[in-house]
Amino acid sequence: MANHSARHIISLLMENESGALSRVAGLFSARGYNIESLTVAATEDPTLSRMTIVTSGSEAVIEQIIKQLNKLVDVVKVLDLNDGKFIERELMLVKVKATSAFRDEMKRMCDIFRGRIIDVADGSFTIELTGSGNKLDAFIESLDKAAILETVRTGASGIGRGDRILKI
Amino acid sequence: MEQSSKKITGAEILIRCLHEENVEFVFGYPGGAVLHIYDAIFHQDKFKHILVRHEQAALHAADAYSRSTGKVGVALVTSGPGATNAVTGIATAYMDSIPMVIISGQVPTYAIGEDAFQECDTVGITRPCVKHNFLVKDVKDIAATMKKAFYVAASGRPGPVLVDIPKDITAHLCKFEYPESVNLRSYNPVTKGHLGQIKKALKLLVEAKRPMVYSGGGVVLGDASAHLIKLVQSLGIPITSTLMGLGGFPASDQKFLGMLGMHGTYEANMAMQECDVLLAVGARFDDRVIGNTAHFLSNPRTIIHIDIDPSSISKRVKIDVPIVGDVKSVLADMNELIATEKPAQNSDALAAWFKKIETWRGKKCLNFAQSTEFIKPQYVIQKLHEITKGEAFVTSDVGQHQMWAAQYYNFDKPRRWINSGGLGTMGVGLPYAMGVQLAHPNAQVACVTGEGSIQMNIQELSTCAQYHLPIKVIMLNNRYLGMVRQWQEFFYENRYSESYMDSLPDFVKLAEAYGHVGMQITKPEDVEGALKEAFAMKSRFVFMDFITDQKENVFPMIQNGKGLSEMILAEDL
Repeated sequence: MANHSARHIISLLMENESGALSRVAGLFSARGYNIESLTVAATEDPTLSRMTIVTSGSEAVIEQIIKQLNKLVDVVKVLDLNDGKFIERELMLVKVKATSAFRDEMKRMCDIFRGRIIDVADGSFTIELTGSGNKLDAFIESLDKAAILETVRTGASGIGRGDRILKI
Repeated sequence: MEQSSKKITGAEILIRCLHEENVEFVFGYPGGAVLHIYDAIFHQDKFKHILVRHEQAALHAADAYSRSTGKVGVALVTSGPGATNAVTGIATAYMDSIPMVIISGQVPTYAIGEDAFQECDTVGITRPCVKHNFLVKDVKDIAATMKKAFYVAASGRPGPVLVDIPKDITAHLCKFEYPESVNLRSYNPVTKGHLGQIKKALKLLVEAKRPMVYSGGGVVLGDASAHLIKLVQSLGIPITSTLMGLGGFPASDQKFLGMLGMHGTYEANMAMQECDVLLAVGARFDDRVIGNTAHFLSNPRTIIHIDIDPSSISKRVKIDVPIVGDVKSVLADMNELIATEKPAQNSDALAAWFKKIETWRGKKCLNFAQSTEFIKPQYVIQKLHEITKGEAFVTSDVGQHQMWAAQYYNFDKPRRWINSGGLGTMGVGLPYAMGVQLAHPNAQVACVTGEGSIQMNIQELSTCAQYHLPIKVIMLNNRYLGMVRQWQEFFYENRYSESYMDSLPDFVKLAEAYGHVGMQITKPEDVEGALKEAFAMKSRFVFMDFITDQKENVFPMIQNGKGLSEMILAEDL
């Protein structure tokens, strides 16, 4: 079994019931699996939630994670997005210092990364940025650390390309 | 389907659900949050409620009822401490995949989250050690939830399912309607194995030079014993079993090499290490079975694995031919293939393989030095086997006595050996014996235990008196926590840290205080007579305190981190 650890994005559909999220979170902590991020919300069918878990592990570990997730009684379907082509996106909100001297510079940086300024205050902008995790990291790195007042990230959401569809 | 337009209470609905499921026994202990349920129990007589003396014992007894019958065990506990006391029993059943439904009371819905008296987050606490659990928030959901609970517990890889019911819900009124079937879109356990894989597996087995079957608890739980026997006999290949699988294949058969693993036989462990094709059936390659994984894998072999749980496959060891399915169904398919195809085997190679196995068997690794001075624990088990003609249900606790019972009782039938394999819970022995004796009132039930384990649930002597359970306790009393002492002797230079049991009670008097028969046996020559005398008292609970050799150890033994072929044998010392 390959011991090489790789980042995987796992999508799953589960019953939208109280406690379902903690079953998944509990599984990861109980078995010592990594969670980089976990996002969850109801789908267009309100009885189902869709969860995106970003994790990392060897091939064998990922195989076990998928099997263990499938074993949870509330989990309807599991898909390792890395098994095919997929798109991932993450949303970040960043509040940055935007005092007179920096206001234009901030606006430019925001444009370069195709972000949007969604709130403007006397000394600050709030920028909305969407993209892969790497892109969001790159934006943060390109800013002067002292200019960052606050950041919040959603964690990645993923979806298969084309006719790769996760649905019941 | 039970239908009535009359509205009844949630508690009554719950009882009706248990009737629908043909529950014979509910093991439990009352308390505030389950008072409505207990009142409903008072008004019925279809199942018998067994009042234990501690909730942990209710769980173990229900668990053993299930292990010995194959039916779902049912336990009922109150909220808070009732539920937390039950956790050890739930985790024990979970580790060994035992189908159970546990009903726990909860504080009323309006008080949940307010730190009410005897409140705890039972669903949260038990989540990691149940197959599934439910919190019922509406009286209308009780019947459907109970139906799901029994279905989930018993299907697929079985396991305990907990249903937490707030007190107010058990008082609310509703019509009773028990669903005829369950459909869970998120839960569809596989039963039939893939025929292509089964064919591939059979081809490997018949072409093998050194084939071997490694059978586990799944064979017992899946009632696949007859199919396994047929397969092994028609292929004529050697077989070993895990602790949990004992009885799945008759120990008295020449093809049976004994238990494998940490305290497995020399022949079983050597054959496991040196086979070229291994068929694992309902077993999970755990650390106590294969020892050091790297060492195990250092000998190349092709591994076929039949298991109902896909996550058991390639979990610790990479499997070459996985077959996900119910072991009984897969073995039946294999047997059918053999019957129709009559595949030719490599009989010369097989004969050579058995010859090699016989040389390993020739080591007689389970021989022990008999003594005229001290009672040897192994001797007690041998005599127990003889006197009960190998027909008894044997429950055990956890430790040296458990290993000796497993090694020397030679189980020929499944569901006769009842012990905590996965979790290794001390204290299960006596409540296990209760569950077994209630399920099989006319059977001989022996609880093989030690003076350490028995004291972890000694209060159940009272339950045994209340229900007149004629259990025979075979206590191997070496005044040590024997297995701990054995490890301290081997790995901690005889520093017996806290493993000596001082201030033991007078067990004879203790048994008598509960109205039982107590016996103390100190001389080897008295062992046989005492056992005969005890088992002759068919209607009495007999507590036998065997004062055994303090220094006896369990052999063979694979030390932690060592491989299967690196056993320490009694003769090496």
